[in-house]
Amino acid sequence: MSLLFFIAAAIAVVATLLVITELNTVHALLYMIVSLLSVAFIFFLLGAPFIAALEVIIYAGAIMVLFVFVIMMLNLGPQSIDQERQWFNLRSWPGIAILAAILLVELFLALRSGATPANVAQLAPQQVAISLFGPYLLGVELASVLLLAGLVGVYHIGRHLR
Amino acid sequence: MASIPMQYVLILSAMLFSLGLIGLIARRNIFFTLLSIEIMLNAAGLAFVAAGARWAQADGQVMFMFILTMAAAEVSVGLVLLLRLYQQFKTLDVDAAKDLNG
Repeated sequence: MSLLFFIAAAIAVVATLLVITELNTVHALLYMIVSLLSVAFIFFLLGAPFIAALEVIIYAGAIMVLFVFVIMMLNLGPQSIDQERQWFNLRSWPGIAILAAILLVELFLALRSGATPANVAQLAPQQVAISLFGPYLLGVELASVLLLAGLVGVYHIGRHLR
Repeated sequence: MASIPMQYVLILSAMLFSLGLIGLIARRNIFFTLLSIEIMLNAAGLAFVAAGARWAQADGQVMFMFILTMAAAEVSVGLVLLLRLYQQFKTLDVDAAKDLNG
């Protein structure tokens, strides 16, 4: 299990390093997604499968899709076709594909060998939920207020956008 | 098969946070600034989950959920500011907006 952790950690660090050095925004986003997936795998190894799922669904899913939408909105115009063609070449993919493939193989190995940390004191989502709606109830309410404030703020700032 | 030592996870978290900080300082593109902030928030969440797993308490995971909520709210506001910046200055360079009242 330690080896799996080290490989996932190495992928996370390499992908993050490539995110901050990449010039192309879409490539940086793809590396960021690989980094988030490897961190999700580490959560899985740490005995937090629910958090791993949340990381994939919300971080790698929703938030990164938000970034992609904004990139799409910025590139409206005739030059976007050329840019698409430039992005669609196969030369830029191998780095991302190799990192993601290593992660996938690792996930299969972990699932096959039963590396699901049975001895790590796995925390069930039930316990998290009980804690969330018990002592942290005020925090949940504040989070909902924060989200509402974010919604109103985005509406206000983006009112006059085309 | 022993569990993962906590210090390794904390070292990884510190490395990811440092990389995010370096990206935040080095890049002038507001898009990469937002991505670096995401990296740093994610690293902080990793530290929380590692600590929660070490003491087998649910608090770490609860804190990660709060960080997730905060990251979602922050990134939506940040991205709409990015759109406004692009609309006003036709660039993603944050230095373009250094003049206030402009």
